[in-house]
Amino acid sequence: MFWTNTKRVIRTGFVNFWRNGFVSLSAVLIMTVTLLVVGGLLFSNALLQTTLASVENKIDISVYFVGSADQSDESALQNKIEALPEVASVQFVSASDTLADFTARNQNDETTLAALDEVGANPFGDSLAITAKDPSEYQDIATFLSSAGTIADGTNIIDKVNYLENKTAIDTLSNVIVGSREIGLAIILLLAFVSIIIVFNTIRLAIYIAKDEIAVMRLVGASNWYIRGPFVITGIMYGCVAGVITLIILYPLTLWISSVSTTFFSGFSPFGYYLGDFAKIFLVIIGAGAFLGAFSSFLAVRKYLKE
Amino acid sequence: MIKFDRVSKIYGDDSVALDEVTLTIKPKEFVSVVGHSGAGKTTLVKMILAEEKPTRGSIFFESQDIQAMHPRDIPKYRRRIGTVFQDFRLIPNKTVFENIAFAMEAAGRPDVDIEADVPHVLELVDLLPKIWNFPDELSGGEAQRVAIARAIVNQPDIIIADEPTGNLDPINTNDIIQILKKINDLGTTVILTTHNKGVIDTLGGRVITMDKGRIVRDDSKGMYSL
Repeated sequence: MFWTNTKRVIRTGFVNFWRNGFVSLSAVLIMTVTLLVVGGLLFSNALLQTTLASVENKIDISVYFVGSADQSDESALQNKIEALPEVASVQFVSASDTLADFTARNQNDETTLAALDEVGANPFGDSLAITAKDPSEYQDIATFLSSAGTIADGTNIIDKVNYLENKTAIDTLSNVIVGSREIGLAIILLLAFVSIIIVFNTIRLAIYIAKDEIAVMRLVGASNWYIRGPFVITGIMYGCVAGVITLIILYPLTLWISSVSTTFFSGFSPFGYYLGDFAKIFLVIIGAGAFLGAFSSFLAVRKYLKE
Repeated sequence: MIKFDRVSKIYGDDSVALDEVTLTIKPKEFVSVVGHSGAGKTTLVKMILAEEKPTRGSIFFESQDIQAMHPRDIPKYRRRIGTVFQDFRLIPNKTVFENIAFAMEAAGRPDVDIEADVPHVLELVDLLPKIWNFPDELSGGEAQRVAIARAIVNQPDIIIADEPTGNLDPINTNDIIQILKKINDLGTTVILTTHNKGVIDTLGGRVITMDKGRIVRDDSKGMYSL
């Protein structure tokens, strides 16, 4: 009996979806808009996360040694730094490497190269490039470095630590990203809220049309869940169909956005994200649609079942 | 079978729809309820269907107090009553077959029964050729016959027909009344509300006359007298 009823409820839900073609069409269209907003939420979240991560990856600490520093003192310090639990890696860059790099970078800049010639000797010292395991740990490493350069005879082999100089810029950038992420989220959540209300009202109207039908069903002795079931199924179908349409629309949309804006998004490709995380996107979009449809229908029918 | 015990229904503060109605309907009876619009006929019907609760008094179906029934049990109770209304109340996006099948599905009847019984009741009301039509493709008389088929398909204990001929021409009216009479002859209690004098006079059965919420006459071989 339970299975017979369930089968009937599902079948009726499908049949109603098909027979009330125009009502279904409008509900599906409205829902597609909502699910596109949900998709936008996913993409902007992924975008900001990637951007934040890539900016954070650009942070590192470089320690520049004075020109007169002894090679063995430098390696001793490097070993000490490597021993710190916060440190992920330490890379030694020799003075000659730095010079070669600098010359290569400025090969089209006659004035700079001329100035370098004028100096004669290598003006650079050796340096260490340090990356931390977590961006928040740079502060600790910088604190350690501020006192670590003093060797046995009392001189300081560290010329400068560039973290402190970049810190303000990096902090500002992080704040901008976090702030824009929050504002973006707030705007998209507001949009999602508005479109959910619109979806709810559309479904309510669709069910309002059927209110006489519900009265008849009650009269012939249909139980409440037997009346409600098909409407909930139809609601789920609105959500699933709209979800599939949304996923289809997202394919060319993300492809197009990616082609015009990869550099702008600091390497984040919406299309790559769409393909790479398709399973997740599929579940979120279809799931949100089905839930929204089912829940709206459930609430909308309730009004006509009371008494 | 149905018993009204001093039942009153008052809407709002002082709009009296039923006033101290006491009445007993026995099994297999054919009872006609007549009266002007607003006399309380429809309120009476709604109370039997548990659509309205009385303000005072109680209504019994067999020995069960209807207003004491749990809301969950009301659908089950309604399956024992077949209803026919002036405005047919068919479900517009279902075919004739599906409209009748719906009442059986709601009662949890198996598919084999549905396949067998729906054509059978349609034959009884002489509408088998229209089995795959939608309600808006039917005439008034045909739609009402579908409604009757739906009302009897679960073999209810009672048929309630609330102004079933109100929207029909005399020939269709006569058809519908004959069908109801046939159903009654087969052992089902029928409660008919109407203000059609011709219908009452041809039936010649029990007639309850209502006015302003009260029963003013109850004749076992009644005529229309208002």
